Amino acid sequence: MRSVLEVADLQTHFFSFGGSRVVKAVDRVSFTLGEGETLGLVGESGSGKTTTCLSIVGLVPRGGRIVGGRVLFEGEDLTRKSQRELRRVRGRRIAVILQDPMASLNPLFTIFRQVAEPAFFHQQMRGRTLRARVQHLLTAVRIPSPEWRMREYPHQMSGGMRQRIVGAIALAGGPRLVIADEPTTNLDVTIQAQYLDLLKDIQRETGVALIFVTHNLGIVAKMCDRVAVMYAGKIVEQAPVRALFDAPRHPYTRALLGAVPKLGSKEPLYSIAGQPPNLARLPTGCAFHPRCPEVLPRCAAEEPGDFHSEPGRVARCWLNGQAHP
Amino acid sequence: MAKPILEVRGLTKHFPTRRGLLGRTGAWVKAVDGVDFAIHEGETLGLIGESGCGKTTTSKLILLQERPTAGTIVFEGRDIAALDGADLMAYRRAVQVVFQDPFSSLSPRMRVRDIVAEPLEIHTDLSRAAIDARVDEVLGLVGLTPDVAPLFPHEFSGGQRQRIAIARALATDTRLIVLDEPVSALDVSVRAQIMNQLEHLQRTLGVSYLFIGHDLATVAHISHRIAVMYLGRIVETASSEALCERPLHPYTQALFAAALPSHPDDRHAPTTIAGEVPSALNLPPGCRFHPRCPAVMPVCSQVEPVLQSRDGGEVACHLY
Repeated sequence: MRSVLEVADLQTHFFSFGGSRVVKAVDRVSFTLGEGETLGLVGESGSGKTTTCLSIVGLVPRGGRIVGGRVLFEGEDLTRKSQRELRRVRGRRIAVILQDPMASLNPLFTIFRQVAEPAFFHQQMRGRTLRARVQHLLTAVRIPSPEWRMREYPHQMSGGMRQRIVGAIALAGGPRLVIADEPTTNLDVTIQAQYLDLLKDIQRETGVALIFVTHNLGIVAKMCDRVAVMYAGKIVEQAPVRALFDAPRHPYTRALLGAVPKLGSKEPLYSIAGQPPNLARLPTGCAFHPRCPEVLPRCAAEEPGDFHSEPGRVARCWLNGQAHP
Repeated sequence: MAKPILEVRGLTKHFPTRRGLLGRTGAWVKAVDGVDFAIHEGETLGLIGESGCGKTTTSKLILLQERPTAGTIVFEGRDIAALDGADLMAYRRAVQVVFQDPFSSLSPRMRVRDIVAEPLEIHTDLSRAAIDARVDEVLGLVGLTPDVAPLFPHEFSGGQRQRIAIARALATDTRLIVLDEPVSALDVSVRAQIMNQLEHLQRTLGVSYLFIGHDLATVAHISHRIAVMYLGRIVETASSEALCERPLHPYTQALFAAALPSHPDDRHAPTTIAGEVPSALNLPPGCRFHPRCPAVMPVCSQVEPVLQSRDGGEVACHLY
């Protein structure tokens, strides 16, 4: 499998109080993504999953900066590109789908104008070709009667339809990578299932690689080939999806899996005490050690490195034996 | 099972939509349209449905935030529409609520002590010292220490805030708590803490819950019985186990088909229903679900099915 994206040692820090306080939102994150592959980026709020995605496309908010690492996309390092160069990548070769479709769509423009934009700017399509292209895209995301719907405005659509239109915009440039940041959080369960099935169909047809940012392990089980679990800015475990669900190696992953209610089971939920740490005041050693049920004496003092137990599996935990840096 | 603590019969709420300059009443939104259910002592009833199905309106009717268009709500044997004076206060004391978002349901300008004490100050004539003692007690019940009392809500995380909201709901001698999506806004690891806490409180205090939610696995985990709502009507009620084992109504089956797997190898039937929930302003004739139903029959578009007992539960569908 050819790799589409290779993130190596990515570090994004936020600086405040004139640089006297540093928050390491993304701390040495590495992963690779092959063609047609889906990676689930899982974590709780504040774990750095969204900042990781924004760093990939060069949209880190004010106060933040990529301070180290590489983002190789189809062989080019995106961290070295200017915003001007990145603009030719975003919307064409990398597309982003955000959580709230109402905030991603402009209420003042017709659906046609918004779906046409990437093809208009990146592929210089005009006139009838452009109209046919928009119609094709809306059909691909299963908008009924697209020639009529594309003259309408976002407020005339339901939530599920709006999110499908955002999907059509993402596909407009023919991307090789789509980053979907919690795209179904605001949707009802039956609409969510329809949307996830649609994304899978599109991926089968186009071979696009997907990064799925979510806190919902059910979505990961349904959609992803591989999973990276983030905690306090770091990837604490990375594995193929079946291996992760069958034999999680990091206590945090185990806790997350145990905390989710299973349909038809009344077994008490496994709960971890405390809450995710504040990134500005991280504990020493392993960031998870104050909440870890299997904590060892060295966890508070030394930070574990990446332990590669088998190909494709990484866990940052002292329980996994000797480090192979 | 003990006798019902709350019984809802034929509960209906229609909202008018205003049209034109003079605000004449146009169509009616049938938010809740003839709902029946009962909650027993120490029981959790799960109310599940998609957005716009009327589950929040149902909770508002129980909490007396809205007056029903028709139907009755009977609490401990008395119709709450007929309550006034001290009896009404007693009802408000006995039925409390916890909302979805603990960031907007707690006043940022009040200390935790005052937030939890407020229902006691309104509903009881306890002395200040007695109120303080009670506040410490309920904070202890939800797993917080008394030294959080002088703090403000912004000093707490989402999970802790939700604990404060639960403490406030428990402060008066509460018999029933309406939990309106109480864990949807929380992180996964914190969600499990709150769910376990709620179950523990029910076991120790015998309080009843009406648990409103949209996530099947969460609702099924905490509830003894589940009522499935679609467009203002209950389409199926059953015990949590029976519902998970054998959902009867095609809409319930569709919800299960749409539920996310708990393991990559879990594969549900791929038949998810097409289309979206129609507007409550313009209900389809006959069964409300028939335009989306995979098992639709000619009778479905003409006659609206009623809830009938079946296999220990109730289902409203022409298939049975």
